[in-house]
Amino acid sequence: MSQADVKQPLPVVEMLDVSITFGAVRALDGVSLRLLPGEVHALMGENGAGKSTLIKALTGVYTFDAGRVRIDGVENQFATPAAAQQAGISTVYQEVNLVPNLTVAENMLLGREPRRFSRLGPIDRREMNRRAAASLQNLGIDVDPGSELGSHPIAVQQLVAIARAVDTDARVLILDEPTSSLDADEVARLFEVMRRLRDQGTAIVFVSHFLDQIFEISDRLTILRNGRVVGERLTEETTQLELVQLMIGRDLQALERIDRAAHETAEEAAERRLPVLSAVGLGRKGSLEATDLTLYAGEVVGIAGLLGSGRTELARLLFGADAPDTGDLTVKGSSGRRLRSPRHAIDRNLAFCSEDRKAEGVFEELSVADNMMLGLQASRGWLRPIPTATRDKLVAEYMTALDIRPADPSLPIRSLSGGNQQKVLLARWLITEPDVLLLDEPTRGIDIGAKTQIQQLVADLAGKGMSVVFISAELEEVLRLSHRLVVLKDRRKIAERPNRDIDVNDVLEIITGEPGSLIGKERADA
Amino acid sequence: MPEPTRTMAVKEVGARAVSHRLFWPLAALGTLLAINLIATPTFFNVRIQDGHLYGSLVDIVRNGAPVLLVGIGMTLVIATRGIDLSVGAVAAIAGAVACVYIVKSPADGAVGTAVVAISMALAVCVALGLWNGFLVAVVGIQPIIATLVLMVAGRGIAMLVTGGQITTVNNDAFAALASGHLLTLPVAALIALGVFAATQIVVRRTALGLLIESVGINPEASRLAGVRSRTIIWTVYVFAALCAGAAGLIIAANTHSVNANSLGLWIELDAILAVVIGGTSLAGGRFSLTGTLVGAMLIATLTRTIPNIGIPAEANYLFKALVVVIVCLLQSPKARAVLQRRREPIPTSREEAVV
Repeated sequence: MSQADVKQPLPVVEMLDVSITFGAVRALDGVSLRLLPGEVHALMGENGAGKSTLIKALTGVYTFDAGRVRIDGVENQFATPAAAQQAGISTVYQEVNLVPNLTVAENMLLGREPRRFSRLGPIDRREMNRRAAASLQNLGIDVDPGSELGSHPIAVQQLVAIARAVDTDARVLILDEPTSSLDADEVARLFEVMRRLRDQGTAIVFVSHFLDQIFEISDRLTILRNGRVVGERLTEETTQLELVQLMIGRDLQALERIDRAAHETAEEAAERRLPVLSAVGLGRKGSLEATDLTLYAGEVVGIAGLLGSGRTELARLLFGADAPDTGDLTVKGSSGRRLRSPRHAIDRNLAFCSEDRKAEGVFEELSVADNMMLGLQASRGWLRPIPTATRDKLVAEYMTALDIRPADPSLPIRSLSGGNQQKVLLARWLITEPDVLLLDEPTRGIDIGAKTQIQQLVADLAGKGMSVVFISAELEEVLRLSHRLVVLKDRRKIAERPNRDIDVNDVLEIITGEPGSLIGKERADA
Repeated sequence: MPEPTRTMAVKEVGARAVSHRLFWPLAALGTLLAINLIATPTFFNVRIQDGHLYGSLVDIVRNGAPVLLVGIGMTLVIATRGIDLSVGAVAAIAGAVACVYIVKSPADGAVGTAVVAISMALAVCVALGLWNGFLVAVVGIQPIIATLVLMVAGRGIAMLVTGGQITTVNNDAFAALASGHLLTLPVAALIALGVFAATQIVVRRTALGLLIESVGINPEASRLAGVRSRTIIWTVYVFAALCAGAAGLIIAANTHSVNANSLGLWIELDAILAVVIGGTSLAGGRFSLTGTLVGAMLIATLTRTIPNIGIPAEANYLFKALVVVIVCLLQSPKARAVLQRRREPIPTSREEAVV
């Protein structure tokens, strides 16, 4: 790779040792990034790796604590997004930030409309449409500039957003998850535009969770993990497996065998039982392809897959948090069709801890006790309050059982640490005595002590006969806890097998479709 | 040493009082009452005449009853992240329905007629609340728009009911809603305070308060926790309409008549003000009915103060706005932070001086 460096042209943007700290959290730690003209540069990393922080640092949204940025070799630190745009850095976000009830041309030239007579004269519509048409044609986008933006599908709106971004003489175009809501044809169309721009010399930063897309479009990869750059590679010299290993931080040599002797007996026992829940062909357009899944009592089913693989979507569909388009869901033999709402699911003894604790879990202003009792109270309805004695007993019981600290249930929940908040949410569901517990990233962002406690709890619950679905970005954790493993990739279930003699390496092989041993060899060579 | 310790303890209590949610509204209320007392030394005098309690303070509570009633309903609606702009129109409809029924009834002076009229009016209010709740909870229209529909259409409905005429009634039982006395106290005030106490008990003794707050604080988390948000939202809009109806009946009873155009006009604004002054955030979530009580009494006192201290009637609205702005500013997090900061260094410097 060092040879490649020699023949490279001067980078348009060079970030050197950039660090950003939020309070006690170091979001970026000495990160360097080089963007070359005429290249699609993929920024890779799991949740919290620092991708969005890096983009925001580059576009002037965040100022950094240490480090430098050079544009065309000239030192430059933008204080504001406007300054970054001035320097030729444009961003297109996942959600289209345009005005749907203006025309395509109006959107493209918003804020710099051509005027007649003078700078303060009326807008020259004909000139505006002409210019917009020229830029669209240049990118091969076939849209009528006079049509209303909102009348087009999201994919086309996104292309218009790109055309607008490029039209401001962008030399660097940042595309933050532009494909997450597009179907295959639309992605192909987007890639066509991206290739055209690349060939015209634009440096493109591409963020996506779809590995196949990354390998199709990108020339270079920068991989982030925990706020640090863990690798910069040429895409053609990198395998999917290697990329994933870098992203989730596995050292193959250091992998330990996980003892699952206990699991196997439990799993064998589970096979004889009746299913608690079975989903057939459950799916939803744009989030998960039709998927089958059966859950048994006393069994932990681990869901493995990268971010964006559909792991969260699966849990949400099972719980009725999102309405499925297709498929049937049977809970405890009562052949209901699909679940219409979480309420519906809870009435069938399901429980779901969302991965987004803050937005979808806690009620920040309410006390720990209120947060804990809310699930049960919601089931009873407002007319049947939980008697104070019962309430106090339950709260005290779960404060102790889950070791929630500080042990004062009257404190507002926002004053607790992430791990303790998570335990309160677990308590909320355990109090409802569910048959099926869906846990989406229950250990994310919490300290190691609380993490082990939660893992232990999951194992205990399954031991007592609960059916648990365990989703986590950490494969080790999934493998340690689950009796059965389901692997998802690109919104599809690609494998399901008993968790017998599977290690992290095997899972990576399933996800990337490449033999792991080969990578080990390549690494040894390097 | 004991001397400074005691002053510090006093300071601490003082600081805690100042940082209390209701400190500034109560301080404003106190100030207004003091101003009135200076302007009219007999302001606080209360006397019993014919077994009825009379006096300016009693008048304030009596006249503040409609705003308090509407404010109670509004508090719960706002706590769910909603707002109800239609309460004024609903009050007008309630007044219209009751008055027209009484006028058309053959026994228009009978107690029974008044009871039926009041029941009918409140039943209509339930229907109107169901309509608002339907638009907000089921159709999913933003509350401000959804209730704007009835705010505008409601006046029209009231006009239709009264046939565009000012309808005057002659029914002592009905009039007693506003001017009657029970156990020496004005009935209107008793109704408002009774509804206040009952609501306070219901929201805090059942789980209604908790569930209302959960819907207001985090609607998505509520949905995932299985809270029946639709039922909760429906409940608060129906309750708000009932409160508005009760207020409308008291206003109509007070004038023995109903004018569909003016009954309860702008009362939604006073009610929202009372809620905001009382410290309930328009962003929803935690609410304080006691705060609304203080807010409503502040507004009623203000209305009474303006003529009492000789402010010309033309300056009426301006003065009212001024007081409201000052109270709201003092309550704002920024002003609190500034006051907090200014207060904090004092004890330290004292301490240093003592050492």
